[in-house]
Amino acid sequence: MSARLRLWVFLVGAAGFAALFAVACFGLPSFGSGYHPYGVRAVHAALGHHTANVIASVNFDLRAFDTLGEETILFAAVLGAVVLLRQTQDEHRTTPEPAVVHPRVRRFALLTLPLALLVGLYVIAHGQISPGGGFQGGVVAATALHLLYVAADYRALERVRPLALYEVGEAVGEAAYVVTGLAAVLAGSAFLANVLPFGTFATLSSGGTVPVLNAAVGLEVASGVVVLLARFLDQAVEIEEPGEGEEDAQDTGDTGNGDADDRDDADDGDDGDDGDDERERA
Amino acid sequence: MTVLPYLVAGWIFLIGVYGLVTSRDLIHAVGCLAVTQSSTYVLLLAVGYRHGGTAPVFADTPTDSRVVDPVVQALALTDIVVGATVTALLLALVVQLRKRHGTVDPDALSELKG
Repeated sequence: MSARLRLWVFLVGAAGFAALFAVACFGLPSFGSGYHPYGVRAVHAALGHHTANVIASVNFDLRAFDTLGEETILFAAVLGAVVLLRQTQDEHRTTPEPAVVHPRVRRFALLTLPLALLVGLYVIAHGQISPGGGFQGGVVAATALHLLYVAADYRALERVRPLALYEVGEAVGEAAYVVTGLAAVLAGSAFLANVLPFGTFATLSSGGTVPVLNAAVGLEVASGVVVLLARFLDQAVEIEEPGEGEEDAQDTGDTGNGDADDRDDADDGDDGDDGDDERERA
Repeated sequence: MTVLPYLVAGWIFLIGVYGLVTSRDLIHAVGCLAVTQSSTYVLLLAVGYRHGGTAPVFADTPTDSRVVDPVVQALALTDIVVGATVTALLLALVVQLRKRHGTVDPDALSELKG
């Protein structure tokens, strides 16, 4: 199909969609109106279970089973990305050169790192009483770790990031969610039902299973994002495209040439490896 | 005009699909898909908005205060998480495509390859 024809097909479809959507919009309750039957009931249910953050209550109590599915999508997507981005036979890995970082950037990133990590953990832990939760806090904690990449270089990041541990962490997060659900079954209730004592309203221990599930999701999201970013960074920094290694070595000039050749020889031995051993050695 | 937020959501959706249709670059197409998806956030939040409503978090507000609809906010959260991971998966696919076929132009990807 030519680009012009494709555009025309789109324009016809878009005009149809726009007309139908506009008609549908005029049939919706007007913006900002007070009638929210589901919202009112969700608020009522959340307060009944002593969960101050109603969104956390919806996600981890009322719709806990849906969230398990969502978490599984996340797990599967990370798994898929890891499989797609693995090192293949005809690619080889080069250790990135240490980069020069401006001292101010380094200082700022090193100062922000523990702070950002703490904020991430805080957001996970306070998911049931303040805006946030496992999903948001997990992403904050995982990206905080990567400030080390900004502050120093890739090798420093790899040192604080034993990737196998995070891969296990992701699986443990997913498993912990299912186990929490099964524990409710063992306690004589339904799968993922909120069976723990609800605790005092608006304290860290409130909400029954909500903080437990929050923590499980936080662990999985943080580990998953670290693994995901690691694979993409590997592609950008370490893994070279098939056949491009030699050209690159010539481009960098005389300093890089000898090193690249040495590494090629070393890599030939363990081509069939999955690459994990190599990373640990680096 | 009370339907404007809903119409904005539809407009963002159409802009995203337009980008997908005319895209000559798969990275750009993945970005357009993310834009298309973000229209659902706008629609969900517009549906859940209440005039004078505050965030549905009762840690330091009275329990009878007027709040926006928490159900659609939870749905938007789900949407964001799934969207982010699917985007990552698609970008991983594009990285491999670039390596195996040497191009990210969808029109140039007509041949089959084992």
